[in-house]
Amino acid sequence: MQTQNGVVEDLQEIVGLDNLHKATAEDAIEGVEPSLVVEPGSVEEISAIMNLAARENLTVSPRGGGTKTHIGDPPRRLDLILSTARMNEVLEHTPGDQIVRVEAGVKLEDLQEHVSGSNQMLAIDPPESGATLGGIIAANSSGPRRYKYGTIRDLIIGITVVLHDGTVARAGGKVVKNVAGYDLSKLFTGSLGTLGVIATANFRLHPRPAATRTVTVSVAGPEQAKQAAQSIVHSQVEATAVELHYGEDEKLLTVLLESIPGGIDHKTETATFLLKQFGEVRTLSDEEAEHLGPLAPSAVADEVVLKVAAPPVELDAVLGSAVDAAERRDMPHPRITGQAGTGVTLIRFSGIDDDSAAGFVEEMREIWVRKGGSATLQRAPLTLKQRVSTWDNGGDYLGLVRRVKEKFDPRGGMNPGRFLGGL
Amino acid sequence: MERSRLIREMEGIVGAEGVVHEHEQLRTYECDGLMNYRVIPDLVVLPESGEHVQRIVKLCYDEGIPFVARGSGTGLSGGALPVESGVLIVLSRMRRILEVDIPNQRIVVEPGVINMWVSQEVADEGYYYAPDPASQIVSSIGGNLAENSGGVHCLKYGFTTNHVMGAEVVLPDGSVTHIGGGRAPDAPGYDLLGAFVGSEGTLGIATRITLRLVRTPESVQTLLAAFDDTEGAGGAVSGIIGEGIIPAAIEMMDRLTMEAVEAAVQPGLPDAGAVLVIELDGPEAEVEEQFGRVKEICEENEATGIRVAEDDAERALFWKARKAAFGAMGRISNDYYVQDGVIPRTELPSVLKRISELSEEYRLRVANVFHAGDGNLHPLVLYNNDTEGEAERAEELAGEIVFACLDHGGSLTGEHGIGQDKKKYMPKMFTDDDMNVMQLLKCSFDPHRICNPGKIFPTPRLCGERPGPFHMHPLQKAGIVEQF
Repeated sequence: MQTQNGVVEDLQEIVGLDNLHKATAEDAIEGVEPSLVVEPGSVEEISAIMNLAARENLTVSPRGGGTKTHIGDPPRRLDLILSTARMNEVLEHTPGDQIVRVEAGVKLEDLQEHVSGSNQMLAIDPPESGATLGGIIAANSSGPRRYKYGTIRDLIIGITVVLHDGTVARAGGKVVKNVAGYDLSKLFTGSLGTLGVIATANFRLHPRPAATRTVTVSVAGPEQAKQAAQSIVHSQVEATAVELHYGEDEKLLTVLLESIPGGIDHKTETATFLLKQFGEVRTLSDEEAEHLGPLAPSAVADEVVLKVAAPPVELDAVLGSAVDAAERRDMPHPRITGQAGTGVTLIRFSGIDDDSAAGFVEEMREIWVRKGGSATLQRAPLTLKQRVSTWDNGGDYLGLVRRVKEKFDPRGGMNPGRFLGGL
Repeated sequence: MERSRLIREMEGIVGAEGVVHEHEQLRTYECDGLMNYRVIPDLVVLPESGEHVQRIVKLCYDEGIPFVARGSGTGLSGGALPVESGVLIVLSRMRRILEVDIPNQRIVVEPGVINMWVSQEVADEGYYYAPDPASQIVSSIGGNLAENSGGVHCLKYGFTTNHVMGAEVVLPDGSVTHIGGGRAPDAPGYDLLGAFVGSEGTLGIATRITLRLVRTPESVQTLLAAFDDTEGAGGAVSGIIGEGIIPAAIEMMDRLTMEAVEAAVQPGLPDAGAVLVIELDGPEAEVEEQFGRVKEICEENEATGIRVAEDDAERALFWKARKAAFGAMGRISNDYYVQDGVIPRTELPSVLKRISELSEEYRLRVANVFHAGDGNLHPLVLYNNDTEGEAERAEELAGEIVFACLDHGGSLTGEHGIGQDKKKYMPKMFTDDDMNVMQLLKCSFDPHRICNPGKIFPTPRLCGERPGPFHMHPLQKAGIVEQF
């Protein structure tokens, strides 16, 4: 885009000289380079920027920590990146009410640090470090702990959003229980910047667990992996996470347990008892847990990650179908991790030609969309995304998704092209 | 369309016994649980299947007839209040449990299924359905979904919105769509299900609902603690939460409420200024230790007596006392108005003080029942309809109470909904822009505003209006979307 001088001046006027930058190659999203990066410092500034963007018909992509720009298809057009880097203030934390209000650019780690003094936490554990709360909401990021605490939709209690034309709207509030008005917080969860800019958000907090233990068992194959997960899920142990690490050599089902000091031994015994029918159950040391436990981060950065969401009881079939689809294409055994208790499985591979990779993705979609699930690329090289979309076709609700998009962003200025259905 | 023809068409869909059109019979449906608003609908239709609902709604859409869905009619905000010249779609004949899927911890039900039936259906398998509004023996799952019902156990387990995993929905144009993954998590796209749950029947009608089932806990412990006043009880609540304990439930009743409850169900409540009913559940060792700590905290806050439920029967008695609270008011007052407000928990002492001042000022008694853990207050304003002006004073007082909640950072409603009753208060909590943006959602689902029109928002937004000069949508221009 040839940004007109007038636009640059107007943006400088809004955010100040220091907070408007010419975009560099690093700001590109899936190969599409924006012209400018603007860093507003307040909801009012976001509103003024969006108002200008609407007047000048600029397309805008909101950005938090920039940790998830690999999610989504390439943008159809990109003029302006709106970075929330300066929106980094914790606005309110009331320990007695177990709530916190933050600006969208606050990083999760910083928030956890902020509330840890009161022995509280925001019960979300996405894999990326450096992610902001706004980004976590927009991408609906979650991690192993979702088994117990749910995803960000279950923790968010209020939101401030700015629409494509600068309209500022608030929904929810700062109380945990609240049914006044429509729940826009949930609508914006997972919207990937296509409905508007998330400016602030309010969350309910949980007490930090006083005692944590991780137990693990080796499983022989898909059927055992499922049985082991089901044994925990249908028990009364109230696990926090049930994670699967399923590689060619090592196949582990790992269970995270949280309790009070007086309760953790009992939980560990129960979980061990349930799992020992599958093999030797080990309690991991803290150091081991970091590598093997549910919270272990992904080791490889340059890889294809396909997220398959299926009913939890289909875990064996998901594993079987992935291994089978890989074998038939002479691909190495994929590295599979997953939240075995919730039905989310992440299939990872690298160094595969695009033909095989595309065939693999299409095959998994064919199977799992038909069974009521979904298969979404979490990460893939651009060349693969040019072959297969990030998203499957969704369900019969796609028309409704389109209508919502059209109402909230009638000019198509918000992150166009990156979302489901080409939105 | 002429009324007689509409009746015939509806009878063609659901049969003659499924259409109510005689004036006297229609009066049965003139209000829901909130009886101070009454509207007689033009017609009541009782579908027996999702296909019936779809055809009824399509007919309404084609003819431009507004419609309102109703479950058991127990709502307390007038959400199921009929519209004049409109059709009331009553879902009470859609009461089948369609699928029980224990391995995936799901159950699929029709909207008319009663909340309690769900837990009963899976009790033998060691499962239950967590959201338990006090109305659970009569209220329907469809109604719970529409209102995002809470209950006494939502502090630990969440609200209806955290337990509805998928829904088949008849949209206001008569088309059918499926939102939420159901058994599979994380359906791609916007969280339409999250937006739909709690939308008070204004976005469509759920005809098939997938719920999450929760494993029954290993251990449950319940106690009833008596205090001299609500301040002491409130102190104990803060102490428990402050310690990082999340009870399954923590409920407070004041003296006046206890008086009414005792008269109604004789649970043998202590003579006290306030009681707490506290329940912990989970793995045994955890519950045991925390339960001991809860007792200590109650004592530290000068509890005058603590009674621990010795068995399930006694536990049931405690809960019967609590859940009878609203209905019991009839024992001590001719009429009463149930208020529903929310405050940040820490504001409890100052809001209680304000309620007591207001009660004196308006010369009306107010009984207080709270979901103390999540700050959800249910002040019950007692009045006598036969005394001139008292009903109006009661309503005004109830309004002042909810404004006090807002002044302390709270909300207009925690679980009863806005409906007809509180839409006039919405501008006190939200700006015009807030409400206009919320209504973009309404416009996406129901552009002709025929689905439960006139609820929630004081000023309906026209869906056709476009801010600024009209431009063809880029997606439309690019041929990706034909028409919005």
